[in-house]
Amino acid sequence: MAKKPVSFTHNGVETAAFADPGQNLLEFLRRGVGDLTPKYGCGQGTCGACTVTVDGEPHLSCLTLAESVEGRSVGTVAGLANGATLDPLQEAFMDHFAAQCGYCTPGMLVAARVLLDANPNPSLDEVIEAISGNLCRCTGYEPIIEAIMAVANGSYGSAGRAAL
Amino acid sequence: MNDMSNMPASKGILGLQNPQIEFRKDLFADERDENLNEIGKPVRRQDIEGHVTGRSPFYDDHLFEGLLHMRYVRSPHHHARIRRIDTSAAQGMPGVVRIITSDDVPANMNTLLSLLDFGLDDEPVLSDKKVAYVGEPVVAVVALTEAQARAAVKAVQVDYEVLPHVLDPEEALKPGAPTVCDVYPGNAFVYHGKYNHQKLRYGDVETALKSADHVIETRHQMSPIEQAPMETCGAIAAPEQNGRYVCYSGTQGLFFSLGTAAKVLNMPSSRLHFIGGTVGGGFGGKVDSIHEPLAILGTVLTGKPCKSQWDREEEMQVGAPRGAERWYITDGVMNDGRIVARKFTGYFDAGAYTRLTSYAVIKCVGHLPGPYTIPNVSADVYCVYTNRTPATAMRGFGVTGVDFSIEAHMDQIADTLGMNPIDLRILNAYRDGDMKAHRRTAKNCAFIECCQVVAEKAGVTIKPESKAASSMKDGGGERGQLPAFTATDENGRVEGFEGWSYAKKGGGSATTGSVPSTTTPTPASLPQTPQPIPQPASPAPVTPAPQAPTPQVQSPSPAPTASSPKRRPPTRFSSISGFRRR
Repeated sequence: MAKKPVSFTHNGVETAAFADPGQNLLEFLRRGVGDLTPKYGCGQGTCGACTVTVDGEPHLSCLTLAESVEGRSVGTVAGLANGATLDPLQEAFMDHFAAQCGYCTPGMLVAARVLLDANPNPSLDEVIEAISGNLCRCTGYEPIIEAIMAVANGSYGSAGRAAL
Repeated sequence: MNDMSNMPASKGILGLQNPQIEFRKDLFADERDENLNEIGKPVRRQDIEGHVTGRSPFYDDHLFEGLLHMRYVRSPHHHARIRRIDTSAAQGMPGVVRIITSDDVPANMNTLLSLLDFGLDDEPVLSDKKVAYVGEPVVAVVALTEAQARAAVKAVQVDYEVLPHVLDPEEALKPGAPTVCDVYPGNAFVYHGKYNHQKLRYGDVETALKSADHVIETRHQMSPIEQAPMETCGAIAAPEQNGRYVCYSGTQGLFFSLGTAAKVLNMPSSRLHFIGGTVGGGFGGKVDSIHEPLAILGTVLTGKPCKSQWDREEEMQVGAPRGAERWYITDGVMNDGRIVARKFTGYFDAGAYTRLTSYAVIKCVGHLPGPYTIPNVSADVYCVYTNRTPATAMRGFGVTGVDFSIEAHMDQIADTLGMNPIDLRILNAYRDGDMKAHRRTAKNCAFIECCQVVAEKAGVTIKPESKAASSMKDGGGERGQLPAFTATDENGRVEGFEGWSYAKKGGGSATTGSVPSTTTPTPASLPQTPQPIPQPASPAPVTPAPQAPTPQVQSPSPAPTASSPKRRPPTRFSSISGFRRR
């Protein structure tokens, strides 16, 4: 079967690449587009390491067909920083030791960004709920939750910024 | 970037964790340097910017044009002989580039610790004669895409003759049990070329048990535990220049993997360029060096970059877990809580092959009897082969399981005596200067202080003498002496293994075929199994057990008369495998 061109917006930039038939968005982004920030952890939609946004909503890219993002907007951690200036969440993750091996971190940051874009003042329960689809084997979650709460509480300035 | 001094103070929002480390400056005050530059201060990880930007280079984050994918035909049986492997249907399938079988592996027998000359080569890279656990790899398929490799795997026909299997370590040691691994016919790793278990003898446990007020026995059974890293195990290899190969790997032991690949591929390590160090979670499960030799072999055979990677199901099913352990602990205890004897019988379930379980047992026995000073200790700990997934390293392996058992056992003692479990622990805790059962003096002990802090935090009232106890008081002296007499025995003797080399007499049948073994055949001039030496006269107290001659552990000694260049007998493990350092 022939490869299919897919045109979409990748972290705000108009992009096109060829997708294999039936290829999932995770493989398409990593191999086809060259954005290696979403990670393969399970391929079954249970670990959240591949979390990206499609039109601002969190999606598990391993369970999303590449062709389905035609004409839509896809966001990953690669688009989180503003040039050389990191997102407040990225700063907070660094300060709070919210990453050890770093493999779940891209998906975790996307999930956290989606939460704060929709709800800049989440409760503790809302933060826990927002990252409940993202597994982390190293940290025990507490440093991650504290980092997100620190941004929500304004410790890193305004949490509001352009959506992914 | 934020200056660390501006780091916002954590609110401790979950109410569970105080991110500020609590320093107990009242403890060991004279040993404490107050002018620490880093300890106790928050600091950023040096690699964390890569993590939060997604730029940390995990092994799978390297792109290669024309990357080939490897998938494996795996055993559906616990134990079976391979009658025939038919790859013809798979050969011609779309995208299939190469089918790899055991014949393609230059040295198809290996054991991980052979790099330290510890243990016999017992595990094939790809099996050809038999399979000994569900999921054991038999054939590798290399294809243009992962989906094509998966499809071709299904088309490989393997004709198995199913064999009886054994899944319980104690069953595996019984006469007549199926032999899991032909290299170790008794289903147990061979220690010191003599025993089917690692042995600890310190004092005279049997006599002390007779004189104790209580004999308390417990049994503990662990489960295997999967390390479950977020990143599954894998490696990518590619051709470099001048006959070299590059290998990107998620391994936890880069030089382990380098040495293993060089051995298995019969290739000088100077031709292998390993790149790693960014590991997406390891927890011990990424030391086994499974993927690196196979990815490089795929590259050697196809000339193309190859990736060998477990999917999540394989990570959970085939990935080597922390092995299950079974423990029997018998203590002799006096009415006042003093433990006068402790006996261990332990079974480590290695699964089908050794991997790191042999080492876990050694580490474990060096740790017994836990953080307690007990004058009489004995242990027989077995590394047992069963038809389960091979076990390997995981976070404190060899120690965590037995520590759980010991502490559960301590609680049982406290229950039996009606004693506060913290008082019981402090009473028996080791102190600076005490002699440990592995015949080293205890130093820098802090167990008593830990118990005291636990009691304080838990609001448990302990005895005044427990409160006044200190790791720095009341140790040494008589407690620092070796026992006047240690009862020995010859239980678990095995035949056919040389004491110093872990290799079978006459050259090791472990590595058949043309593959050169790293376990050098034993030269005839080397000392044979040492002769028993008569028991020294009048040891006290006399053990009531039938007295066998004391097997003297002989230190390794190179043969001075040999003229041909010979490998020096191994000494690296001597201090932890039972030989006393001299």
